[in-house]
Amino acid sequence: MIVFQAFILLFVAAGGTAVVFTRDATSQAIVVSFYGLLLGIMFFVFQAPDVALSQIVVGAMALPLMIMLALARIRKQNRKRQQ
Amino acid sequence: MTRRIRLKFFLVSAAALALCFFWGYAGLPAFGHGSSIYADIVNAISVPQRHITDAVTAVNFDIRGFDTLGEEFILFTSVLGVILLMRRTKDEPAGDHEDKAPGRKVPPVSDAVRVIALLLLAPTIVFGWYIVVHGQVTPGGGFQGGVILSSAPLLLYLCGSYPKVRGAAAPRLIEIAEALGAAGYIVIGGACVALGGMFLENLLPLGKAGTLTSGGMVPFINLGVGLEVSGGFTLILLVYLEELMEEKES
Repeated sequence: MIVFQAFILLFVAAGGTAVVFTRDATSQAIVVSFYGLLLGIMFFVFQAPDVALSQIVVGAMALPLMIMLALARIRKQNRKRQQ
Repeated sequence: MTRRIRLKFFLVSAAALALCFFWGYAGLPAFGHGSSIYADIVNAISVPQRHITDAVTAVNFDIRGFDTLGEEFILFTSVLGVILLMRRTKDEPAGDHEDKAPGRKVPPVSDAVRVIALLLLAPTIVFGWYIVVHGQVTPGGGFQGGVILSSAPLLLYLCGSYPKVRGAAAPRLIEIAEALGAAGYIVIGGACVALGGMFLENLLPLGKAGTLTSGGMVPFINLGVGLEVSGGFTLILLVYLEELMEEKES
């Protein structure tokens, strides 16, 4: 068990760093989705399945979706302004 | 701000953050220890007293049901806020701006994505409802199940088109479902008061622990929350898609 915990903590640390080092916003939304999934697995490994489920649905699905939709809208607005 | 000042500013704040972090870290209980008295009590009473096998649901929807009511309305209000911000104003009428950007073409959705989204659509809906109605038995509940359910319209968008999403999830219908779900929570609480109990006091028969009908009122509250959450997230998706589609249709 402790091995799993150590592994997932390392993965989460690497995932968080990867999110910060991804500079393009669209790619960042996808990386943050994977990071959310990693956090979900972490909560599961630490025996908090309820939180894990919430984390997966919010962090891996809802949050990246909102970021993508907001980015699309900003892009559209910028294009309109250029015309 | 020059680079030097920025660097100095960073070093000072990083040092302060590190100090606070290690100070807080030193005060934490040892790894794997430090469960609270509250947690022990909840673990001890959730099955014998409330007939709910998922202690987290017992806390969220029964022991501290009133807190969750507030949380539900945080989501309700934020959805309202998004819809209010994205609403059409007078100077941007619907569908009359053409896409004049040169060389801009929306890439077609690949067949692999279409097939996978189509295959996942029905299981997603079933799984979402499964998570909603099993809140009192296994991890999950109205919130988690609701978000899973709201990913179904997104899958439909991926394997079909926006008009199909609108056809399957008519905004007016979703709005009503969301409002019903949000109101349901208060109605259930009010019904308890009308029946002579306290607000959200679990008055229904508690049933056999570990079955679908256990937990008294908890499954009903979960159903309401499931409707509210899935409706809220679907509405946000619809509002954004509507915005982005206008351009393509015209």
